[in-house]
Amino acid sequence: MTDQTKASPVLDVRGLQTVFHDTQGAWPAVDGIDLTLYPGEVLGLVGESGSGKSVAGFSVMGLIDPPGEITAGEVLFRGEDLRKKSEEELRRIRGIALAMIFQNPLSTLNPVLRIGEQMTEVLSEHGHDDPAAAASLAVESLRKVGIPAPEQRIHQYPHELSGGMRQRVAIAITLLGDPAVIIADEPTTALDVTIQGQIIAELQKLQVESGAGMIWITHDLGVVAELADRIAVMYAGNIVEMGPTDAVLDHPRHPYTLGLLASVPGDADPGAPLRQVPGNAPPLSQRPLGCPFNPRCSSATDICRREMPARETDAFGRSYLCHHPVSQKADP
Amino acid sequence: MDASNAPHRRDEPMAVRKPLTDTPQRRAMLGKLKRRPSVKKSLIALLVITLIGLCLPFFAQQDPYDLTSFSVMDNRMPPMSESFDGMVFWLGTDGQGRDMLSAILYGMRISLLVGLVSTALALIIGVSVGLVAAVLGGRIEALLMRLVDFVLGFPSILVALVLLAMIGRGVDKVILAIVMVQWANYARIMRSSALSERRKEYVEAAHNLGFGTGRVMFRHVMPNSLSAVLVLATVQIASAITLEATLSFLGVGVPVTEPSLGLLVANGFDYLMSGAYWISFYPGIALLILIFSLNLVGDRLRTALDPKRS
Amino acid sequence: MTDSSLIAADQPATENAPENADAILEMRNLSRVFTRQPVLAETLLKLAGRTPDIPVLRAVRSVNLSVQRGEVLGLAGESGCGKSTLGRMMTGILPASEGTVAFEGGNVATLRGAALKDFTLGVQMVFQDPYSSLNPRQRVAAILAEPLKVHRPDLSRAEINARVDAALEEVGLDVSYRDRFPHQFSGGQRQRIGIARALIVEPQFLVCDEPIAALDVSIQAQVINLFLELRRKRNLTYLFISHDLSVVRHMADRVAIMYLGEIVELAPTAELFADPKHPYTRTLLEQIPSVRNRKRSFSAVKGELPSPLNPPSGCPFHPRCPAAMPQCSVDAPQLQQIAPGRTVSCHLYDKDKTST
Repeated sequence: MTDQTKASPVLDVRGLQTVFHDTQGAWPAVDGIDLTLYPGEVLGLVGESGSGKSVAGFSVMGLIDPPGEITAGEVLFRGEDLRKKSEEELRRIRGIALAMIFQNPLSTLNPVLRIGEQMTEVLSEHGHDDPAAAASLAVESLRKVGIPAPEQRIHQYPHELSGGMRQRVAIAITLLGDPAVIIADEPTTALDVTIQGQIIAELQKLQVESGAGMIWITHDLGVVAELADRIAVMYAGNIVEMGPTDAVLDHPRHPYTLGLLASVPGDADPGAPLRQVPGNAPPLSQRPLGCPFNPRCSSATDICRREMPARETDAFGRSYLCHHPVSQKADP
Repeated sequence: MDASNAPHRRDEPMAVRKPLTDTPQRRAMLGKLKRRPSVKKSLIALLVITLIGLCLPFFAQQDPYDLTSFSVMDNRMPPMSESFDGMVFWLGTDGQGRDMLSAILYGMRISLLVGLVSTALALIIGVSVGLVAAVLGGRIEALLMRLVDFVLGFPSILVALVLLAMIGRGVDKVILAIVMVQWANYARIMRSSALSERRKEYVEAAHNLGFGTGRVMFRHVMPNSLSAVLVLATVQIASAITLEATLSFLGVGVPVTEPSLGLLVANGFDYLMSGAYWISFYPGIALLILIFSLNLVGDRLRTALDPKRS
Repeated sequence: MTDSSLIAADQPATENAPENADAILEMRNLSRVFTRQPVLAETLLKLAGRTPDIPVLRAVRSVNLSVQRGEVLGLAGESGCGKSTLGRMMTGILPASEGTVAFEGGNVATLRGAALKDFTLGVQMVFQDPYSSLNPRQRVAAILAEPLKVHRPDLSRAEINARVDAALEEVGLDVSYRDRFPHQFSGGQRQRIGIARALIVEPQFLVCDEPIAALDVSIQAQVINLFLELRRKRNLTYLFISHDLSVVRHMADRVAIMYLGEIVELAPTAELFADPKHPYTRTLLEQIPSVRNRKRSFSAVKGELPSPLNPPSGCPFHPRCPAAMPQCSVDAPQLQQIAPGRTVSCHLYDKDKTST
């Protein structure tokens, strides 16, 4: 783990709210979240579909298109609020200092351009004019992500590579700009387990070398357990629990986190019913009043149905949003 | 255990949050948010146009087929002029003294009829061929698809011209010619649509459950492959009408006794330069309006059927 | 390329030995090959006496496996290993290229009439994609009633409705949903409908092809619990196909690991996870991210998943195997029994080896 106690965060998101419009109004998909990312650390952003985790990632990058709209909050990148910047200025940052890796590498890469062309295109967009130098930078970058025979790969098209390879190329392109922050949106979800292992190992190595901060967005608790220094759990647009990995996974305080951990078959008695979280996550237009988790929560009471809980922080550096947090003695 | 948001009790309505209505870009968004056109409304619009079109002659003040109802003495009267017995020729008369407006109303019916009937027949034939090809596969599919390629290889006007030259003029013959030319389009679309539906898991499930080929074909594959075909049909109605108009204009389409808009335009062609422009002009405008409104409805129907918007 | 794994068996998988007394489904030397018809150019070449290179995909290569009545057999592997293809051969949808599938003792390729119907309905499938496994134009009630209408013409409409309602309740759905269309449901709910549909014909054997892969974690738990409960209630046998080994561990009595069309290891669940023998199984288990492992450094397996169009020679895993020996690239290993109920296909365990 890296020492992030006194360093200032490279990314500081405060009160971010992103809504989606329809004829009835604007529904918040991300409803006022705060998160901080320190240099060199990995923050795992965990949630299921509909939690808003991907929207949060896109919002930080400023990549929300209509009918979406970022309506509130500050996104402080290296101290400067990205929301106040013009599209021009944002373009200079995006892809260089603030980079994103997407879930489906086939749609990230342009299918009609060779790998080398795509990489040098990125480089020339951002100032490297000499084609020869750009080409050798590209080859080096591919080598760094563990692609064998990179000098040949730069002449290939994306469809000639396997899924794992394509994702590595996407990572290589990200690293070309020497980013300070990398946001990875479910980068290994579509890959097989052994390939996922390879990609995770690569990313771990690269992230340590480059000192970049990384936000890893996923629904897979196992992946964040292995990678992340801190975890943020999202539900229905809110970060319901956030803290150091061990603290959150071993002693969760929010009932949803507890429920998620119990849903994973890892440690349960084989053949025994899993402790399940009943019901479904609410769609955007049906978010409950009060605490969004209350209809599915076994500890819910009246206050949960009326009032949104306030954020509480405890001694372990953990914060959570709950009127009746799980007692610290409880075993997950 | 229940579906949405259990375990809250179903008889208590759950309190949900209200959306925001006042964000900086709300007004701009409202402009961009369009209600998805509904399939039902578009189909109703199509039906209304059809009914109106078929009933138009009811509004005509004169029956242009009734040789006793007009007099050659009234020929080439300009629009808004009066006949000797007081009837107003709103759009003028043609070379025989027929009221143009009445002729146009009757002509629209013929044009619409030809367009709809030929599209419907071509659709039925094309869908059947495409479905059989997709489900039976093998040699039958290869044979049918080569036939389709063959038919589609010829320019439609040429084929229709040759056909009509052989079988003569007449509304039914025009319909036949248009159907001959158009069915292959539907066959091709239906086949590719059906092929991709066939691979879906619900079709495999139907086979697993022991359903026969016929049931799988008609109850599972076909209903789900039709939307692409319907999209094509909306374009083809207008296309069929245009084709008929062209053929009639060229003199091989509908007979003189049942003039469609195309034929009316042809009849007035000779008078265009000599000043009696209305004999060609107004039928032309009517044709334009007909095709335009059909295209509008067809466009909305296409958008409504587009699966990406669902 | 030696294909010694195709050597005919009067030596079928020895895992059959004592227990095949009550096998509900048995596969012998089962293979499935996908290829295409030669194009014109290739036909001409063939006529000219040359052999053109037509791609052949060996999805399943000589599998010997039997499923015991009442068990949950887990089938695990990554993309391209052939597990889905194998599952589809069990339901009868995909015919075998070689070898036999026997249901209740009868070779399914030769079944006719009532026996064929028993097989068709007796083995049902639950599919992976909840979004394409239901007919979007049928209401739920129609989806569930149709099999009854087709196969039980003796039932009255009221009886059919009653069974449909019972089926909905059994999978935990509210009866009021019967008039809705699939698109009005969430993924987890659609899977429940799919399960209800499979069960309404009262099968004995359910092939579950990655049934929870497309669902959220908390919904996965719900559906897993549903599967467990239904098995108890109805005494079902499952083939549970999944790439997620932690789910397989939770549900299965025995696990078979597949790689590139072959079964490389088969063992009772607890033993497989406690003491995996095949190097691929070991690697697979190490790679699974688990909440218990924290921030450890990953030792990833090297190399890419090979394509079934172009499999390596000898043992299919040898290019990536940390324990590969020279023999491995030449000779394909056979499935051998190394303990009661445990078989492995690996040269490390060859009986006539004198060392290690």
